[in-house]
Amino acid sequence: MRTTIVVFLKEILDNLRDRRTLASALIMGPIFGPVLFAFVINLSIERSLDDVERTISLPVIGQQHAPNLIRYLESRNIEVVDGPTDTAAAIEAVKTGASDVILIIPESFGEQLQDTVPAKLELVSDRANTDAERDARRARGALHAYSQELAAVRLSARGVNPLVLRPLNIDEVDVSTASGRSAILLGMMSYFFIFAALMGGMYLAIDTTAGERERGSLEPLLCLPVTRNQLILGKIAATCLFMMLSLTLCLVSFFFALKFMPLEQLGLSPNFSPGVVLAALLLFVPFILLGAALMTLVASFTKSYREAQTWLSVVLVAPTLPILIVSILTLRPRFEFMFVPSLSQHLLLVDMVKNEPVNNLHVAISVLSTLVFGALLTWICARLYRREGLLG
Amino acid sequence: MIRVADVHKSFGAVRAVRGVSFDAPDGKITGLLGPNGAGKSTTLRILYTVLKPDAGTASVDGADVVTDGLNARQRIGALPHGSGLYPHLTARENVAYFARLCGIDKGEIDDRVAEILRLLEIGDFADRRTKGFSQGQRTKVSLARALVHDPQNVILDEPSNGLDVMATRSLRNLILKLKDTGRCVLFSSHVMQEVAALCDDICIIANGQVAIDDSVDGIRRRTGCDDLEEAFVKAIHLVGPE
Repeated sequence: MRTTIVVFLKEILDNLRDRRTLASALIMGPIFGPVLFAFVINLSIERSLDDVERTISLPVIGQQHAPNLIRYLESRNIEVVDGPTDTAAAIEAVKTGASDVILIIPESFGEQLQDTVPAKLELVSDRANTDAERDARRARGALHAYSQELAAVRLSARGVNPLVLRPLNIDEVDVSTASGRSAILLGMMSYFFIFAALMGGMYLAIDTTAGERERGSLEPLLCLPVTRNQLILGKIAATCLFMMLSLTLCLVSFFFALKFMPLEQLGLSPNFSPGVVLAALLLFVPFILLGAALMTLVASFTKSYREAQTWLSVVLVAPTLPILIVSILTLRPRFEFMFVPSLSQHLLLVDMVKNEPVNNLHVAISVLSTLVFGALLTWICARLYRREGLLG
Repeated sequence: MIRVADVHKSFGAVRAVRGVSFDAPDGKITGLLGPNGAGKSTTLRILYTVLKPDAGTASVDGADVVTDGLNARQRIGALPHGSGLYPHLTARENVAYFARLCGIDKGEIDDRVAEILRLLEIGDFADRRTKGFSQGQRTKVSLARALVHDPQNVILDEPSNGLDVMATRSLRNLILKLKDTGRCVLFSSHVMQEVAALCDDICIIANGQVAIDDSVDGIRRRTGCDDLEEAFVKAIHLVGPE
């Protein structure tokens, strides 16, 4: 025990003096998450504002033939600008992407309206171009609405209730956007916590085998009158401490960062109170042992520091896979999911953040199974640390 | 006292050590001499327990290196080939870390470390971080680290590699000092002159086997060569390839 503590304390001192470890544990892990999160949130907000209120500009050919229509469009936040000279030029402009959508009002428009024959309008757009389609949809919608209004006026003039044209009243409730977006955002959040934890211990995990070997300090260390179990346990414990530090910092920085993000505009109201922060920390603690053992294990198979770094970047991504699959399929927490580390933490965190009741049995299974996996991997690490090939 | 009896070790198809036996008694300096790849390092690694022999036995003060590795290591101070230090720790911290791991009492550690640093003339760079140390400085600190728990048996794998004249001299003095205090010193080298100048016994190894195990004069006599280099070359050829 004393030996393990000596190793533990030395690793802490050593790594506190290592700029690379400190940068990844104290800066990279904790800051990367909130910054990326803020970026995605702002992007989402910009997009959603786009759809409703933003003024679009619409080139119109032949404005003089339909002054009423032009006024109507302008009342719908559509700014009418001068279009190209003729139809051919309009088609060319949309094709090349110079304009997203162009409205052409033929000379006969006014006359046809007066004669109550369908008045012809031409709308040039490129449906395959999704970005341009957003503006085109706005223009199309406005024209339809104008058409409906004219119809209503005509019916009223003939003494018919305009509502005969609306046999159905469809009231659509769209739940997809807000909750869908929040599922992805919350999924990101739990991944950032896992990422921060792993980043915090990555360099220590490499140092335990590949680093010590490359430096030539492993062999003298193994010549000492200590058992290898004592050495590796001290090293894994130090790795866990740095992971814990990084995770805690990440949670705290999220706590403050969320206060400055306009989440309500997206219809999100995550509960990230100090209580939830603390619960999240406790929820992710078992994952730290698992992560430390996993990284140490992977690094122990590598020949050099660089090779270890390459493989560990794969380990950084691995915990996202179950989270990603569940987020895409929008699966709800289930008993059997709780046996999967990283996934169980993610699902439970989402429940907490959404202010939904958390199933205590689920928590117990998540904690226990993650700890068992962690202990198992630690045991395998210790076994591998005893083999001769360790010295390379 | 180190005993090696008919030790074998293979790495895959490569038979690195093929039946090496020798004794290294207390109060004497024993040299393990041989060309590169002769099996010197493998033999020493078996002695300080990081490798297990395929066959044969080896013991340190009676502690078997396989069945009683912890005790054997307790009685050894080892300087493996190409030993590295922790670059973020100072020389003193590097040595103190090993002192703690060897189980030296807390109250004694500072004194012990100061003493060994003085003995090895590590004064002016004792409190500098070891990053950027010269090869000579690194070897001195590695030696201090290996000797800090005052071991009865000292195993040095090519300790003079990369050392300049002055550093080699102080290393030689240290080894003689260890001998005078009754320690068992076993070190390896591929330089005949270095071994001849220091050793009481020389064990010449070639192709994983012992060619000659004798005193300097004994080797001269048995090979019939007065010139040591000639004697070394002749001895090596006593052992043919497999």
